[in-house]
Amino acid sequence: MCDQTFVAITFGPCDSCSENRPLMNLYIKTEPINYCSLCMEIMACQDLAGGETLNSLKAETESLRKRLEEERKKLHDVELEKVAEKAEALSALNLKTRRTLKGHANKVLCMDWCKDKRRMVSSSQVPAHPVFNSSQEHAVSMPTTWVMACAYAPSGCAIACGGLDNKCSVYPLSLDQNENLAAKKKSVALHTNYLSGCTFTNSDMQILTCSGDGTSALWDVESGQLLQSFHGHSADVLTLDLAPSETGNTFVSGGSDKKANIWDLRSGQNIQSFDTHESDVNCVKYYPSGDAFASASDDATCRLFDLRADREVSIYSKDSIIFGATSVDFSLSGRLLFAGYNDYTINVWDVLKGTRVAVLFGHENRVSSLKFSPDGTAFCSASWDNTLRIWA
Amino acid sequence: MTIRTLRDHGQHYRPRMACLKKVEAFVVEMQDPKSGVKASDQKLNITSIPHVITGQDILAWIVTKMKVTTEEAQAFGTMLVAYGYIYPLQNHRKLVLVADSTLYRFQTPYFWPVQKWPAEDIDYAIYLAKRNIRKKGMLEPYEQEHYNNLHKWMNYKWDFIVMQATEQYKASKERKKPDRVVLDCQERAYWIVHRPPRRTHSGMDYGLDRLIDPNAEENIFLTQALMRSAVKSSVSLTAFVKYVTTHHTHDPLLTNPVPSNPWITDNDEFWQLNMRNVDIPTKLSVERWALSFWELISDQRGRADFKLFLKKEHSGENMAFYEAAEEMRWGAATAIPEKSQFIFNTFLKPGAPRWINIDGRTMGLTVKGLDCPHRYVLDAAQTHIFLLMKKDTFYRYLKSPVYKDMQKKALVPAPHNFTDAQLEANAKNRNPGISPIVLWQQQEAEKAAAAVAARPIDVKAMVATNKLDRK
Repeated sequence: MCDQTFVAITFGPCDSCSENRPLMNLYIKTEPINYCSLCMEIMACQDLAGGETLNSLKAETESLRKRLEEERKKLHDVELEKVAEKAEALSALNLKTRRTLKGHANKVLCMDWCKDKRRMVSSSQVPAHPVFNSSQEHAVSMPTTWVMACAYAPSGCAIACGGLDNKCSVYPLSLDQNENLAAKKKSVALHTNYLSGCTFTNSDMQILTCSGDGTSALWDVESGQLLQSFHGHSADVLTLDLAPSETGNTFVSGGSDKKANIWDLRSGQNIQSFDTHESDVNCVKYYPSGDAFASASDDATCRLFDLRADREVSIYSKDSIIFGATSVDFSLSGRLLFAGYNDYTINVWDVLKGTRVAVLFGHENRVSSLKFSPDGTAFCSASWDNTLRIWA
Repeated sequence: MTIRTLRDHGQHYRPRMACLKKVEAFVVEMQDPKSGVKASDQKLNITSIPHVITGQDILAWIVTKMKVTTEEAQAFGTMLVAYGYIYPLQNHRKLVLVADSTLYRFQTPYFWPVQKWPAEDIDYAIYLAKRNIRKKGMLEPYEQEHYNNLHKWMNYKWDFIVMQATEQYKASKERKKPDRVVLDCQERAYWIVHRPPRRTHSGMDYGLDRLIDPNAEENIFLTQALMRSAVKSSVSLTAFVKYVTTHHTHDPLLTNPVPSNPWITDNDEFWQLNMRNVDIPTKLSVERWALSFWELISDQRGRADFKLFLKKEHSGENMAFYEAAEEMRWGAATAIPEKSQFIFNTFLKPGAPRWINIDGRTMGLTVKGLDCPHRYVLDAAQTHIFLLMKKDTFYRYLKSPVYKDMQKKALVPAPHNFTDAQLEANAKNRNPGISPIVLWQQQEAEKAAAAVAARPIDVKAMVATNKLDRK
């Protein structure tokens, strides 16, 4: 369990705007100050203060970075491969496509599982939005193309989706198959650019979204109110994932600026940042224990980042893999990492030993999304060849 | 007014096609006359086309060079064709690598999917116009459609386009026949990649553009990062290995689930046995509960068992408080004042019916925070209670008769062993299971009933309705 639990969130008057808000604890030149997230943003955007020049700031950044690296180096006493020697070797996997779901008329962009482990929702490039279980149950027609994000509510009673319309809308599901779901649609989130990812938090009442406008945001479903926004990426935010930990207070997001950031849901603060990728981070996923996360990127590698040691611990790549990875997910125990690539294949990696265990063929176009079912019995891959495949 | 869609393949800000550099290096190697793929001359109709390669040779070469399996080489080869580095001679619209004697040629570097030079509409218009002149109007239907559109949009430039097309046509007529055929093939291949007919997987289709141009700034963040403590690598990495090892038996992909994986055998007994309200859980679930407190309460059956134990110990208020606080945290914003009031009255007020035992400081902070209730006001108290349950109650639960009893009773279902015929029958009988909506409604009804039952009994009201007999 990470130390986030012990950060008692302070709530009270902000030092600068004196309003009652959740506060971030910041240190300016080792002096603690308590600002709310809005004032922090304002302060960060201000022009150079007296005595600072662009060069002096750059020099300061450099020296701070160096110090951080030195500190982290001292703690880095062993590599993952060494520790993993104790782990037993894996037996050969026998993974095959068990179901192929055809129902979309266009590229499938995203999918999500329901907690009942059987149903899933998927979204595609063109209006038509089936809720599957191996026979199509519902189809919702969306007034926008490129529905890039979709999510199933934890209760199984609603779905959320969004894309080029800059919004995230929630559709309550019903038992009646013929009901027109679009009629009960509720617009929840509104960004200033395309919506790239959305997920429900632990209940149906809140949604976390990330967008091409560089921000992520937490919304209240009932009122559509913005509860917290997260600024810090300098380019499109492409993906996010909620932490599975007991306290459930953090999430990770990855963006076009090659960075993956960890955020605190309560204060809106950027807690940790990792920028070792060489290109856009297309997908991030937490390790099942919540102490690490994996990321997939256009630079054709997947990487594992350790949150407690604050560094990257493993790179999963091969010379023969040249095309970018679009999505990753862990198996239930965290031993296997599955990644979908732009060259139509899915590679399976041994997380601890860093080697590739298997490669799965079958899709006829890019694999756009890959997710494990909640109990780990199977995983589903969505592809631009208009199908979804369930592998077990 | 010209409406142009800037299809520069995202090269503007971020080279999404950075992979192309590596591919190009590879293709150059392939073309090496000594160590590259064997090329020969082929007769096509009457002309002889130089430097033709077969699909088989390409595949074999990739396998040797990259040291990969045939299937991977196939996938990579298909990528090469999809991106236009190699083009097929006969079935020119199908951009895949076929591993037999199908003929391919290398595309000239002029036509490679280069990073800085987009495939402009005006070039396409000139190309189509040229085709039109030559074949006297024999364009494919999709090409015809494009042609009509371009004619409409670029009408003002049409004279220029037609002039260019005619010039190019005249120039090509002066070339030798084999050269002309080769150039035609190359150009046609280029346009199939950049303006694909329906149902062709062209590699140029990469999705939406990424929009923001990244620049950076981060001093405040770095100071933060320095202040924060980190853990030694050996500690955290060992923790990963430990997690993986303990969960190894629970991972359906590493250890076959009993009775069987529903996706493989189409028999959903596995799911039935693990449902929320099952009487007797499986041994695997019960073992999983012992791994950590979080695993116990994440599993709904486990949580129910734990609550049973708490009831016996008369400390059910801790769990109830935890759940109420969770509900407030993740619930609707409008319900917060009401919930916080309820929680205060039930758990925090001195003399409350389900008073929780937390230290004075936390209690003080919480009660003060309740003056201005927000969703995280109970965090400190909730953390305290959670840690209490995790460090103390959980271990007592594991040693208790409730748990030990459950361990003894737990089922170990026998693994299924279906014959092929049975598997087919299973496949026909697939059912979607109970809808999650129905399950959710059931759960809500149960919760409401439990809430009513948990309400403290109002003695005066009962006397008033003569329920208590005071004879």
